[in-house]
Amino acid sequence: MYEALESGIFLFGLVGLLQGNSTTFLDIVNKMRPGLTPLYNGGVMLAADSLGSYGSLARFRDVKRLFRVTDKAALACSGDIADYQRDDECGGYTRELNAGALHCWLTRVLYNRRSRFDPLWLECVVAGYKDNEPFLGYVDKIGTAFEAKEVATGFGLHLAVPMIREAREKKPNLTRDDAQKLLKECLKVLYYRDCRAHFKYQLADITPEGVTIHDDINMKKETNWEVANYIK
Amino acid sequence: MSLEVMSSPDYMRDPRKHHFYPYADNGGTSVAIAGDDFVMIASDTRLSRGFNIFSRDQGKVFGLTPTTMMASSGCWADVLTLNKVLQARLTMYSHEHHDQMSTTAVAQLLSTMLYWRRFFPYYVSNILAGIDEEGKGVVYHYDPVGHMEKLTFSATGASVSQIQPLLDNQIGGLNMLDVQPPKMTKELARQLIHDAFVSAAERDINTGDGILIHTITKDGKTEETVKLRRD
Repeated sequence: MYEALESGIFLFGLVGLLQGNSTTFLDIVNKMRPGLTPLYNGGVMLAADSLGSYGSLARFRDVKRLFRVTDKAALACSGDIADYQRDDECGGYTRELNAGALHCWLTRVLYNRRSRFDPLWLECVVAGYKDNEPFLGYVDKIGTAFEAKEVATGFGLHLAVPMIREAREKKPNLTRDDAQKLLKECLKVLYYRDCRAHFKYQLADITPEGVTIHDDINMKKETNWEVANYIK
Repeated sequence: MSLEVMSSPDYMRDPRKHHFYPYADNGGTSVAIAGDDFVMIASDTRLSRGFNIFSRDQGKVFGLTPTTMMASSGCWADVLTLNKVLQARLTMYSHEHHDQMSTTAVAQLLSTMLYWRRFFPYYVSNILAGIDEEGKGVVYHYDPVGHMEKLTFSATGASVSQIQPLLDNQIGGLNMLDVQPPKMTKELARQLIHDAFVSAAERDINTGDGILIHTITKDGKTEETVKLRRD
C-alpha cells in the first residue's frame, strides 16, 4: 500500500501539462504536482514545478522532475518520487530513441507493472520529436496513453489544459514566445490555486537542435498575494 | 476521520494510503451498420476520464485487415494493449499463411483473446465490422470477456443505452406494429450514424467532439469526419 508524501511540481510544455504524486520508499510517499506542456509552431515546451511534498508538508523544494533523455526526447514525471527516479535511470538505456518510441516503451512498462498489481505510481509527459515532427504524449500509472497538442498532469489537467486550449482557439499557431508566456501564466495560476504547487520551476525547450532545460526559474516576484489581506 | 483517531499520536494512526485500481473509464462510443455489400463503422473522437477531456481527436476504430475493422472503447490502456496484441497475431498469421485472415476468423480470434483474460479481463467493449467471404457486410458485437454475437447493426460504449434503442427501432423495425425494416443503403446508414451520435452527444458527457465514419466495401475503405459539440 502507498502512503502519501506529496510534492508539487509543475511541468509546462507545448504538448502538455504533467502533474504527479511522488512516493518514497516504505512509509513515505511523495506526490509530484502538475506539469504542463504545449506544442508550439515547430517545437515543444515543457514545465514542471520543483516541490516534493510529504502529505501537506512541503518537504523538498528543489526536486528535478524534467529530464533530457535523448537529443530528441524529454521526459517529465509526477507522482511517486522514488518511482520516477527509477524511471529516469531506464532512460539511460534509450539514448537512440525518439520521443514517440520512448512514449510507446513507457506505456508498455507502466501497463505491465499495473497488470502485475505493482504499479509505478507515475503520470508522465514525453515531449520531443518523432519523424521530425513535434511530439507530445501522456502516460499514467495504468498505461492510459495518448498524444495531444497540450497535456498536463494533476491539477494542470483541470486548470492549465483549458487555458492552453483557449489560447490556441484565439491563435492557432503559437510562437515560441507565446508558448513560454502561456506556460508561465499557467504555472502562476497553478501556484495561486494549487496548495501543493511551488514558485520554483523548470522549463524544457525542445527544438530540432536539441533539448534545453532551464533550472531554478523563480516566479515569486511576479505573484501578488495582497488580496489575502482582504479575506477575513 | 473519527475524533478518537484524530486525538491519537500520528505514529499510532494508519499511514495515508493510496488505493490502486487497475482500470479507468475513458468513455467513447462506437456504432456499426452492415448492408448487403458494405459495412459502416464509426466512433466518436473524445478521449476522457471523469470531467477531464484528454483528447478531442482520438479515433477508436482500428484497421485490422483490408476488409476488417474493430472499434474499441472502455479502459483506454486495455484498448491499446488488446489492439497491439491482436495486430501482432494478424501479422504472424499473414507471415505464416501468405494471406490475410478472413473476417470470420478475425472475429473468432478476438473472442478467444478476450476470454483468455477471463479472470483479469480487458475492460473493453468491442465491435468488429467487415466483409465476409460472400462479400456481404457483417457486424460482430462482444462483451469484455469474449461473448460474441453476429448482427447486422450494433452500438457499444458509453452511449450504448442512448443509441441502441434508436437503431433497434429505425433499422430493426422493433417496437412498432406492421412496419417492415428498411433496406439498408450507405446513405441511410450514414444518416442514422450521424443522428445517433448527435443525440448521444447532447445527453452524454463521455461522447462528443467529432465522429470518424469508416466505410468498408470489397473495393477498399473510405473515411469521413463529422463535427460534434465540444462542450
